[in-house]
Amino acid sequence: MKKSYQSLEVNSTNNMEQVTRRTLGKNILQLSFILLLTLSTSLFAQEGDPAKGKTLFNTNCASCHNLDRKMTGPALRHVEQRLSDDHGLDREWLSAWIRNSAAVVKSGDDYGNKIFDEYNGTAMTAFPQLSDQDISDILAYTAQDAPKPDPATEAASAGGGQAAQSGTSNKLVLGALALLFALLAVALILVRKTLNRFAEAKGVEVPEDQKGLPLWKAFVQNQFLVLVTCIFLLLASGYFVYGYLMQVGVDQGYQPVQPIHFSHKIHAGDNGIDCKYCHSSARVSKTSGIPSLNVCMNCHKSVYEYKGETTAEYSKEFYDGEIKKLYAAAGWDDAEQKYTGETTPVKWVRIHNLPDFAYFNHSQHVTVAGIECQTCHGPVEEMEIMYQHAPLTMGWCINCHRETEVKVKDNAYYEKIHAELSKKYGVEKLTAAQMGGLECGKCHY
Amino acid sequence: MKNIKLQMKGLIKISLLAFLMVVVVACKKDTRPNYQFMPNMYESVGYETYSESAAFRNGKEGQLPAEGTIPRGFKPFDIENTIEGYQLAKDSLNSPLDSTQIDLAKGKELYDIYCGICHGNKGDGQGNLVKREKILGIPSYDDAGRAITAGSVYHTIYYGKNAMGSYANQINEEERWQVVAYVMELKAKLEK
Repeated sequence: MKKSYQSLEVNSTNNMEQVTRRTLGKNILQLSFILLLTLSTSLFAQEGDPAKGKTLFNTNCASCHNLDRKMTGPALRHVEQRLSDDHGLDREWLSAWIRNSAAVVKSGDDYGNKIFDEYNGTAMTAFPQLSDQDISDILAYTAQDAPKPDPATEAASAGGGQAAQSGTSNKLVLGALALLFALLAVALILVRKTLNRFAEAKGVEVPEDQKGLPLWKAFVQNQFLVLVTCIFLLLASGYFVYGYLMQVGVDQGYQPVQPIHFSHKIHAGDNGIDCKYCHSSARVSKTSGIPSLNVCMNCHKSVYEYKGETTAEYSKEFYDGEIKKLYAAAGWDDAEQKYTGETTPVKWVRIHNLPDFAYFNHSQHVTVAGIECQTCHGPVEEMEIMYQHAPLTMGWCINCHRETEVKVKDNAYYEKIHAELSKKYGVEKLTAAQMGGLECGKCHY
Repeated sequence: MKNIKLQMKGLIKISLLAFLMVVVVACKKDTRPNYQFMPNMYESVGYETYSESAAFRNGKEGQLPAEGTIPRGFKPFDIENTIEGYQLAKDSLNSPLDSTQIDLAKGKELYDIYCGICHGNKGDGQGNLVKREKILGIPSYDDAGRAITAGSVYHTIYYGKNAMGSYANQINEEERWQVVAYVMELKAKLEK
């Protein structure tokens, strides 16, 4: 998405450059035409331009209003029509309300007070800066009919189908290949059989193997070979047993199924939300913290559906369902736009878990050392499903401490110790290990 | 013919071995944690963060402070989460930080994490989520109708406003005032 935006911008600027260079004369003509147009629209000020209205609506109104959905304020589609039909209120009233709703409420206006009470006395922000033209633009935008099921989205869903089809076609190709190989194998066996039969029929003697010593007997008699094989087998099994034992208790690649399918790829990758937005306690405490649901609701009060890219496996319906799960757990009534108070804890499955005998502090690494989260947690912004990237073994910790240089520059706290230690070790830059990052008691006590 | 039979036998043995190996390998599943040598050295005796615990009535380790108590060093915020409270904060609440305590670099760091994603790193209401049309209608800080002050910004961070949620649990009191200082700086820049 991001890329397409950028490329659009780049394109448009390129085009503009080309246009200014090539067709200056034409430009003047166009400009006068546009001027004429704007003049004519200002003559018919009440008409309003829905396109302009949309921009104005999105910058000024959309934080509290949606066209078809109750948010902080009421849904606004056909608001002008509804007001004049149901309550006999004209545009003058609407303009007064938009520019300063508090004054309308104070003046004792019936409908104004009714709406004010209905929305728990939340006063609408005043917009004195909106001109008559702006307001008629916005109202023109709200007066548009709801779009019918977009052909573009249908095409997109069809595209999803195609993607699924290509997935199956891949499987088909693989299956066909496997079948081919099987056929080949059968054919070979058959050919061999027929050749043997020919040989028998023509009386050609296929030279039988000389019945000498069987291979294994010869092998046993050669003691040197037996010794070498034994050593080889011992070493090989030792290698595999060591490998097996060393991975016991290591959860690298652990990827549990979570109660809510939270995609780090969408949140941290596509939308570029900082890790510390949700995991805020990583800055200041030992644990990085699983965000409480109110942090999710900071955005998901407004973001009630998924509008990004989808695949066959992760469709829009799937993601929307996950948002519904969040609403259920947080006790958020999306239709009424308020909390019901009935909450259920989400039982997230913990992935990164150090053994009890090792101490690790996030704030020491995140805030003091300034290490990127990705150094240990891997490319989280690309993970659709979160998994453990690093082995989290002691060797892995120590390795990093040996290699990482401490950022002592411009840090008064480290000045003295840096001077002393760099004299002691005779080095310019200190690693975490030289600062005492290998002492047992730092992590085990 | 005998030869072929022998070969077939060997083939069966080899495929059996391969099958066994596949079965052994397939036992390792990424959705399950690995074995541990001595679980009693790995698993904490004390409560782990966010763990379940039968010691509490609601079965959770994470508990709210007892009613009527505050953590040490915590300053309660007296102004209420109402429209009157907002107006009161807007008119009368001022930052407890003096000019030497204000650290705009820290304010910027926190602002970029928690606010910039919607409000834009310049405070013009053009954050990444707005550009991607996920969340709309974020006002610019120099919006005349709102005319924000340090007090109103603090109140909004503490309680949230309209579609914006509370950020009181993500940044502490001092950090909130640092962010407020940075927001007022951005507002001054926008109004230039």
